[in-house]
Amino acid sequence: MEIIKIGMADLGIAKSPDRLRTTGLGSCVGVVLYDATKKIAGMAHVMLPDSSLAKGSDYNIAKYADTAIPELIKEMVHAGAAVRHLVAKMAGGAQMFSFLSGHDTMRIGPRNVEACKAALQQAGIPIVAEDTGGNCGRTIEMDAETGLLQIRTVNQGVKEV
Amino acid sequence: MTDFNRFGDFQIDVLREIGNIGAAHAATALSQMIQKAVDMKVPQVKIIAFDEIADFVGGAEAIVLTVFLRVEGDCPGNMFFIVDLPSARNLLRQLLGLSESTEEDAPLSEMELSALQEIGNILAGSYLSSLADFTKLNMQPSVPALAIDMAGAILSYGLIELGNSGDFALTIDTAFFEGHEEVEGHFFLIPDPDALETLFTALGVPLDGNY
Repeated sequence: MEIIKIGMADLGIAKSPDRLRTTGLGSCVGVVLYDATKKIAGMAHVMLPDSSLAKGSDYNIAKYADTAIPELIKEMVHAGAAVRHLVAKMAGGAQMFSFLSGHDTMRIGPRNVEACKAALQQAGIPIVAEDTGGNCGRTIEMDAETGLLQIRTVNQGVKEV
Repeated sequence: MTDFNRFGDFQIDVLREIGNIGAAHAATALSQMIQKAVDMKVPQVKIIAFDEIADFVGGAEAIVLTVFLRVEGDCPGNMFFIVDLPSARNLLRQLLGLSESTEEDAPLSEMELSALQEIGNILAGSYLSSLADFTKLNMQPSVPALAIDMAGAILSYGLIELGNSGDFALTIDTAFFEGHEEVEGHFFLIPDPDALETLFTALGVPLDGNY
């Protein structure tokens, strides 16, 4: 078994028995897709909601919800997954600092969550579990064998969805 | 994309000196508060990939206490004051005279959190005001916000603004420690991409190449 690390603004695929892991999700959102029949998992660490905000055309597509999710689906299909079998889970999108909640940048967590949901809905992929919002950082690990997503926080311990 | 690579050694030196001046003032303020000598290391100016941001403070999952201030004005950016939890408890002990018997695992009380937030505010404030005096730029720190969590989750927050213009951040990091290393921590300044030009212009530094 190998643990594949997904960095910030990065995405990747794992097949059973490997796992995908991303650490320190704050306002970023970790989106995982899973095809249970093929035991293929994909994970994206999304940092910002919308690629139209990017300055310049040469940007990292894994950074934005609206571009990372279609790319992740594409790579899953390329790896042998079927779109109709895909289900999604997501975690993150916290508001690490609760002050200044009026400022748009400061609301980035909830905006990332909304954008990921919109992108998944557009692709017709159901969200079967989520642990989003709040004010805590999360580390997540996706098991391509079982499809379980393990979510670890500093204060609330570990849970699996 | 913001091209940080156009900055030469001279510009990096200027930024290092900025870190030096700011952190020296903050270290002095801390030294006065705890009545002990506080030393600092040579500031590190680095152009780093987003993923590496938490490496300075022990990795993305290291649990740290952070006071965050958003800097507005001529030279916008994000300022973090970061200490690990044992250091935070030692600070409280030395400042508030809290008893030694305080359990290491016990969560910090409202009062303790508020004290730490104020310490962070004073230190970050002295960092920024020395910088503002030196550059004659207008810099206004926001109300401080405190969080205790994974370093990666906290610091990535300081990168959101940069995220739309590239995949790298320029950070000015200064580590400080009290003589016996009972308290050690970092000041972390991440200027917004456009702020660097303002900063260099104010100091009469050319924007690219060497002097």
